[in-house]
Amino acid sequence: MFTYIIRRLLAAVLLLFIVSAATFAIFFLIPRLVGSTPETLATRYVGRAATPETVNLIAHRLGFYDPVWLQYGRWIKGIFVGADYSFGAGVEHCPAPCFGYSFVTHQPVWPELLDRLPVTLSLAIGASILWLTFGLSTGVVSALRRGSVLDRTAMSFSLAGVSLPIFFTGMVALLLFSYKLGWTAPGGTYTPFTEDPGQWFYALLLPWLVLALQFSAQYARLTRAGMLDTMSEDYIRTARAKGLRERDVDIKHGLRAALTPILTIFGLDFGLLLGGAVLTEQVFSLPGLGKYAVDAITTNDLPKVLGVTLMAAFFVVIANLVVDLLYAVVDPRVRVG
Amino acid sequence: MIRTSKVLVAGTAALALSLSAAACGGKDDSNGSTGTTATKAEFNAALTKVFNPSDKKGGTIKLANAGDWDTLDPGETYYGYSWNFLRLYGRGLLMFKPTPGAEGNTVTPDLAEGVGVPSDGGKTWTYKIRKGIKFEDGTVIKAADVKYAVLRSIDKETFPNGPAYFEGFLNLPAGYKGPYKSKGVNTDSAITTPDDNTIVFHLKSAFGGFDYLAALPQTVPVPAAKDTGAKYKEHVVSSGPYMFDQNNLGKNFTLKRNPNWDQATDSNRKALPDGYEVALNVNADDIDNRLLSGDLDVDVVGTGVQPAALGRVVGDPALKAQTDNPVLARLWYTSINPTVAPLDKIDCRKAIEYAADKTGYQTAYGGPLAGGDIATTILPPMIPGYQKFDLYPAGADGTGDVAKAKEALAACGQPNGFETNMGYRAERPKEKATAESLQQSLARVGIKLTLKPYPQGDYFSQYAGNPPYVKANKLGLVTNGWGADWNDGFGFLSQIVDSRVIRETGGSSNTSVRIPEVDKMLDTAVAETDQAKRDAQWGPIDKRVMEEAVILPGVYAKSLIVRPKRLSNVFISEAYNMYDYLSLGVA
Repeated sequence: MFTYIIRRLLAAVLLLFIVSAATFAIFFLIPRLVGSTPETLATRYVGRAATPETVNLIAHRLGFYDPVWLQYGRWIKGIFVGADYSFGAGVEHCPAPCFGYSFVTHQPVWPELLDRLPVTLSLAIGASILWLTFGLSTGVVSALRRGSVLDRTAMSFSLAGVSLPIFFTGMVALLLFSYKLGWTAPGGTYTPFTEDPGQWFYALLLPWLVLALQFSAQYARLTRAGMLDTMSEDYIRTARAKGLRERDVDIKHGLRAALTPILTIFGLDFGLLLGGAVLTEQVFSLPGLGKYAVDAITTNDLPKVLGVTLMAAFFVVIANLVVDLLYAVVDPRVRVG
Repeated sequence: MIRTSKVLVAGTAALALSLSAAACGGKDDSNGSTGTTATKAEFNAALTKVFNPSDKKGGTIKLANAGDWDTLDPGETYYGYSWNFLRLYGRGLLMFKPTPGAEGNTVTPDLAEGVGVPSDGGKTWTYKIRKGIKFEDGTVIKAADVKYAVLRSIDKETFPNGPAYFEGFLNLPAGYKGPYKSKGVNTDSAITTPDDNTIVFHLKSAFGGFDYLAALPQTVPVPAAKDTGAKYKEHVVSSGPYMFDQNNLGKNFTLKRNPNWDQATDSNRKALPDGYEVALNVNADDIDNRLLSGDLDVDVVGTGVQPAALGRVVGDPALKAQTDNPVLARLWYTSINPTVAPLDKIDCRKAIEYAADKTGYQTAYGGPLAGGDIATTILPPMIPGYQKFDLYPAGADGTGDVAKAKEALAACGQPNGFETNMGYRAERPKEKATAESLQQSLARVGIKLTLKPYPQGDYFSQYAGNPPYVKANKLGLVTNGWGADWNDGFGFLSQIVDSRVIRETGGSSNTSVRIPEVDKMLDTAVAETDQAKRDAQWGPIDKRVMEEAVILPGVYAKSLIVRPKRLSNVFISEAYNMYDYLSLGVA
């Protein structure tokens, strides 16, 4: 078990290297194919009045004249041993892990990532609690009362939830609940939990619900399908024949077996969300990793893009590892196999 | 199964309908006139006069920005909205007058006692600095603080995004790189401070409009001891009525009153509210919704509502009454490149001027309200010295003069038309629509356009503004746009009609205007120190460029902006073409 975890972690580190190298290559090598030079790259980071000398200075400052492998090496080195950064009036040491400085705002990337992580974490955890609760319970009830009015209503809603994109449901929900009715917080009012838990909850309630609506729909449908499958298995009949209470049959035998595929999906979903719920954060102006990624991409800010990409990849990898370890807990058959 | 899916579809549709009905219904009844001297809330109520005038102090004004602030550092910031807002925490030598109407476009003394005194034929400019003005820490502001501020802004390795006028005009020592790298270098050839209250600028060549440079935020004093280079934006030391309270870069910041600001030294600012709250990186559509509901006061960028809100506003008279529609100092146009055959022949270029559907151009930009007015000149009307003319009338309905276009084609030896390419920025739907409109209207006379979208980040550096690329790829037409750094002929024209700004390595907005005579006319105008005489020269330059048919003017841009509901002293600043942020109060 221990060696398995170590092996998986090493594979994860390798994967992160590959992801960062690929991001670097996309940024530097692909523009080169269409004839971009260090100067043309640098023009993205100067004002509209920049002279060729200014462009030259910035290309030098950002290290664009060096070969790409050297730039990549320098960036990797920063992560392990830190880097020095000149801000004009002096030099600042950026301690390891130094993910570099933004090309645009000249702010160090790592503290910004750490600053935004709690927002995304709050959003992901709150929403996942909601969608697991709603999704699993509706799924189970729908499966057990298959064909009933309840089943049909629940599944209609879940289809709507899956099909409506968040930028639509989010905007409509904001307009209706925040601006017309005044029940929930308007966009852009996130307050850290440590500052004011009440305000934190108030600001996140609507984003949680909107995000959960989309996911719980998917989970309800998955749970329903899984339950319908397992409930027709032989061992369920055996369990009933043994004289177990119906509730125990449904939950201990039925749901538990149906959970395995859901757990896999959940690991992926949750990991992805930790890398940033891009649309939700955008619609509700939550200063999380997803919003950070969008802002970074629209301003061609490579160090920020690299930082947030790596963080997202890290969470996906970790979440998958955790899920794989949890399999054994949820499904005894895995342990035996 | 089929039965179920019918139910599903019906359910989804019903849900969507009920949500959208709820979203569109329920009109707001308040009309926003809650000020002490309530003005009737109507369309354009704050365009040329003060809406809800009041002297009431107190309250906090809430603003939001859909993106990040470019930078709060006065030495580097390069956006109009930022220059407008910066006057709350910084005092430059001069500033634009916070008054409604055309007077708002004139400079007035701020830190200085009066406007600049030119000598040596406009090569030397002297300013007297008011006595007793202090920084937020109580230190008295001296001429040396202004000199330092200007010099540090020249360091383009530290401040690559800032305006580059000072290094262009000041007589700096050769190789001077600003006070960080060229420490201890004597800069008296460029700026002298004979005493604590006098600052003298020495230029390489005469520049009559230097007062406009003295109104740039780069003249806002910076105390050398507190300067942290690129990190100074984290804590700018205030010289104005407000200072930074909290500053979370990329997220939000707040301003509070500066106890060391003295109203007696400042006739321009009323400083009504107790503070300002600014949220950054807020969803643009959400900003509009919050403005219309009154939850937010100002969209600080001031460029107007998003398409989604535009539809709501135009369709609802009550909402429309809560908006203003200023003309911006911005021209959307198309460059006609004479480096691409057959456009090297003037009559072929004229054919394009005549055949273009101007109404279509306007529609592409969003129509008369959100897009702008049809343009026939390069200078927008509010620029002093603007002259109205139309060398290539587009017919009564503005859709182009096909007959004249065909005559021009015959004259250039292409009676059946010709083929060329047109570049535009792929991310900009309005430019795409413009290109498509031109494709249709030019096809009427046999000019066949092939449309070429390019990424906007590299548009000028690699494609449309890169002369060798333009020539090699036969980009006869490229969409373009320009807004002046300040509303004056030099500020508007110098970067787009002066052939000397064209760089073979790319990056210039000017791609098509290479007229030696125009360069000379610009030099003469720039050296003129008498403002009236100088302004009189911009119109003829505009006309001379239009005679060469190298620019196809599209629209003088306009924006539709939402008037703050609960604020007083609301009016459009003619200098920034958005609400004047210095004067707002909480009603």
